[in-house]
Amino acid sequence: MRVGIVTFPGSLDDIDAARAVRIAGDVPVPLWHGDHDLRGVDAVVLPGGFSYGDYLRCGAIARFAPVMTEVVAAASGGMPVLGICNGFQVLCEAHLLPGALIRNDHRRFVCRDQRLRVESATTAWTSAYQAGQEIVVPLKNGEGGFVADTDTLDRLEGEGRVVVRYVGGNPNGSLRDIAGITNGAGNVVGLMPHPEHAVESLCGPGTDGLGFFTSALQALAA
Amino acid sequence: MARVFVDVMLKPEILDPQGKAVHGALPRLGFEGVTDVRQGKRFELELDGEVTAERLDQVRAMAATLLSNPVIEDFDVQVEA
Repeated sequence: MRVGIVTFPGSLDDIDAARAVRIAGDVPVPLWHGDHDLRGVDAVVLPGGFSYGDYLRCGAIARFAPVMTEVVAAASGGMPVLGICNGFQVLCEAHLLPGALIRNDHRRFVCRDQRLRVESATTAWTSAYQAGQEIVVPLKNGEGGFVADTDTLDRLEGEGRVVVRYVGGNPNGSLRDIAGITNGAGNVVGLMPHPEHAVESLCGPGTDGLGFFTSALQALAA
Repeated sequence: MARVFVDVMLKPEILDPQGKAVHGALPRLGFEGVTDVRQGKRFELELDGEVTAERLDQVRAMAATLLSNPVIEDFDVQVEA
């Protein structure tokens, strides 16, 4: 299977995301923000970083990059799309996911190995996990506070669309400890922590993040 | 040429850590009596020709799609007097 990794000006983690895709047994395909073409990929990852320097709002300008027109159309058609950190911010700005990410409540950048609980194992990107399973992956952000109005939060919880939740302390002020969410169909997932940095035992806190990338394979094979 | 100002503010219920940081700095500088600070953005748009109702609607559309995120922010459009 071919998984596209979009590079925006200011993307940082596109190379790590491509490596995670490769380790999971997939073929990473580089996609460029200025292209109107997804090059026939089966899934897309929007990586972490500081697209367009985080100018205006995180993800606000990337959301209107030419390639995003194709990503939005493909996501609406059911293609698996994963947004990590800045990618999550882009997905929220693009209205593929509800809510928004604001500056951390403690006003500091956070960079640490973060424990998470997988709340939903039925999305295209989490089927390799068990619901309730705890994993540890790196978290690094300055604007990772997930916010949405109470009705939206209640709907996300009620529909089982909270995908991962922070465990052992809330690192950024995210409402209801939400670290990642999915859309109604379960093909679009966004999260602030970085599973692509936890796919090899040599570096990072372990291999707990690999499941996101092997899940995509399972989803596509199904 | 006409100028139109778009002010963007976080909605009242959204936490504003930058405003809090500024608020915390004021007493340290000896400025007392400020009970809260909210920080926002101001855009100054220069337009060709006259400002018509249609042009103002366009500016409101710009504000709603790009200049602000309606999930967390409100905006206000004013024409330069």
